[in-house]
Formats: sequence, structure tokens, C-alpha cells
Amino acid sequence: MQLIINFIIKYKYFLFFLLLEIVAISFTIQGHSYHKSKFVNSANFVTGGLYKRINSFKEYTNLRTFNQQLLDENTMLKNILSQHSKDTAVNSIQVIDTALYFQKYTYIPAKVIHNQFHKKYNYLTLDKGSKNGITTDLGVVNSNGIIGITNSVSENYATVLSILNENAKINVKLLRSLHFGTLEWDGKDYNILQLVDLPIQANIKAGDTIVSGGKSTIFPEGIPVGTILNFSKENNSYSRIDIKLFNDMSAIGPVNIVTNLDKEEIQNLEQDLFND
Amino acid sequence: MTDAIKNIILFISLILVQIIVLNNVLLWGFINPLLYILFVVIYPFKRDRGLFLFFSFLLGLSIDFFLNSGGINAAATLFIAYIRLPLIKGILGKSEIDFPVFDISKLPFLNLLFFISILTLLHHFIVFSLEYFKFSAIGTIFYRTLLTSLFTIILLIFSLLFMNKAK
Repeated sequence: MQLIINFIIKYKYFLFFLLLEIVAISFTIQGHSYHKSKFVNSANFVTGGLYKRINSFKEYTNLRTFNQQLLDENTMLKNILSQHSKDTAVNSIQVIDTALYFQKYTYIPAKVIHNQFHKKYNYLTLDKGSKNGITTDLGVVNSNGIIGITNSVSENYATVLSILNENAKINVKLLRSLHFGTLEWDGKDYNILQLVDLPIQANIKAGDTIVSGGKSTIFPEGIPVGTILNFSKENNSYSRIDIKLFNDMSAIGPVNIVTNLDKEEIQNLEQDLFND
Repeated sequence: MTDAIKNIILFISLILVQIIVLNNVLLWGFINPLLYILFVVIYPFKRDRGLFLFFSFLLGLSIDFFLNSGGINAAATLFIAYIRLPLIKGILGKSEIDFPVFDISKLPFLNLLFFISILTLLHHFIVFSLEYFKFSAIGTIFYRTLLTSLFTIILLIFSLLFMNKAK
């Protein structure tokens, strides 16, 4: 017994160091995993509050860009609306856009108050939280495409798992056919992502547009993502397809958070399927 | 007492500088100097090592909260805080240090540079290793460690000079 006590006293700093190091490493491992409510996140009162304050200064420098973005989005939406009335008049459904899929989504506006794009696991922080109806696993988009998926939510703030995160895997498809694949990021260039699992039957060429696939309950179908930059074939399958994003991920301002109103119903159905 | 207050002010101001200023600095798109480890360099060499280890851990964890990075900075900062005393003893070739009068700024410049460089390289290496967490990324880890360390070391030297001037 005396021996143990002596040992502890002799190595007390080392044992203390070891204990704290184990805590830190376990936080790290928790941070690397996708599905876990993370203890260490920037959606809390202190970090969110500071980011909001910093952002209120930084915002002004980008007002011109964001105004232009919003104007473009307005024009696009007006064009879709006018197209829609013409389509119903001649009874054709040629145009593929989100308004024609008749899915039920609601959008909540938010501002990005902190943006990251230079790490391997990137997160954004938004100025809306559970008070505004935000929950985890909701899609975050802007007029130029997909931004990410909400991850941790506090009362007033939320963190978003950016598409520039090794854990992010987003279902996307080609605009001109129904072939779908998964969008991933290799951690190198923040404007270039990779499309994997695309079947060889999809006859792609550089410049093809990629949109969100609608196979998940998170993003609506048909949200623009980017264009194919280049690709290579190997053993009769696509080995690497680079996607150039429409978004500039280093300058994200106003975003929308998408809630799928049928999510619960779909998940319940799928749950039954797996249980059988 | 004043020493404790000084350290708390240092702790908070380093977090603020790191978050408000330095995390918005991205040289060539990816080099982000981590000046906050200045805390580990200039925290007084007193005998209360336990408190120092705890504060270093807390500092790293605070940075992690802002960056959503799990416990990466906490683990790295804690490690260099633990290694600091053996390292300075090794550099000076002494088995014991005269703690009450020992001051990091009184070190000869080359010794100081060596001390800071070792701490920074170790810290950054742990940060990037834990971030990439893959053996195949070892090249990227070394590349980022070296480049980021260079800028952190320059900033550390400048802030030490500045603090000495202010005294």
C-alpha cells in the first residue's frame, strides 16, 4: 500500500498529464466520428457569441457580393415561377427543377458567422439555433449549391458539417440523366470535390452539371452543386471524377436551412423495412 | 497574486488574438500560425506544475471549442506543457533550475530559439497528426508542420521581443 502511494506521489504530474491527455484524445476521436453529439463544438453561448460579434464587423466587407448573390437568386426564382405557369399551360414537364418535384420542404434563413475551409474536417457556425427550429441533420444550402449538414445545435447557434469535411458524403446525380453517385472531399483544394461510385453507364464529359440527388432525406432533389472538371477511367469504371463547385466555399454569407417535412415518415418506413 | 492575474489576462488575450486575428490569417490558403502556445513558453517556471498542466490543457480545449476540432489542440498543448521542464533542463545542461529567478527572456538567443522551435515543431506535429490521423498522410503532415511552424516561431520571437520592450 505504501508502495502504491509513494508511486502516485512520485509520478503525480505524469499521472495527471496522462489523465488529461486521455481526455483530450477521446474528444479528438469523438470529433472525427460523424454521428455523435459532440461535446466540443462552437455552437455554445461563448464561442457563438464571439463569432457573431466578429462577423458583425466582417460582414460589411462582403455586402456587395452577397447583395449580388441574393439578386441573382431572386432573378432565378422569378424565372422558375414564370416558366412554371407556361409549362402548366401547355401541359409539359420538360424542365427539371425543384418546384416540380412536389416535395415538401421549408427553408429557414441564417447567416454564416464562422467559416472554415483549410482543414481536413471543416465546420461552419450559423447564427440560428433550436430557438429557430433548427435540429441536427438538416441540409444547409445557398443559391449556388450545397453547403453542408447541421451537426450540433444550441439554443441560439448551430454548427454545420461542411461538404469540405472527410465525413461528409452527399448523394448527387447528373443533371441530364438519372445516374447518381456520392460527393466526397479529398482535403486538398476547397473548390474541387470528388464524385465516387458513379456507374460507368453514365456517359459523362467535362462540363456536365451535377445536382443533388434527392435519395437522402436531407437535401431536395435538383439543387445545383457544380460541374465536372476532369475525370479518368480505369478497368472499365471511373477512378476519379473532379467536380468544380459553383460556390466559392471561402466566402459564404447568407444561407438557407432546409427541413424535409416528410423526413420522419420516410425514416419510419425505412425502419420497418430494416426490421423485417 | 499579481502573477496569477497576469497569467489569466495572458490566457484570455491569447485566445482572443488567436480567434479574432490569427484564425483569419491564411497565408497561401492554408498556413495558419498558432501563436497561442506563447502561453506555454512564458508561463513562469514555478513548482506548481499541476496547475500549469491544467491551464495548458484548458487553453488548448478553448481553442478546440472555437475550431470544432475535438481535443486536438488540447492534446498537443498539454504535451508540450509537460515536456517543457525536461526540455529546458536538457538545453541548459542542468539537473535543477533556480526557479524563482529563472526567466525565459534571460536565455541566450540561440538557446531560446532552439527551445521555442522544439516546442512549436512538437506541438504542430501533434496537431496535424491528430487532424489527419492517417499514416498515408505523413507527407502532408510534415509539410504542413514545417511551414506552419516557421510562421509560428517568427511570431513567437516577435511577441517575446515586444513583451521585453514593454517591460
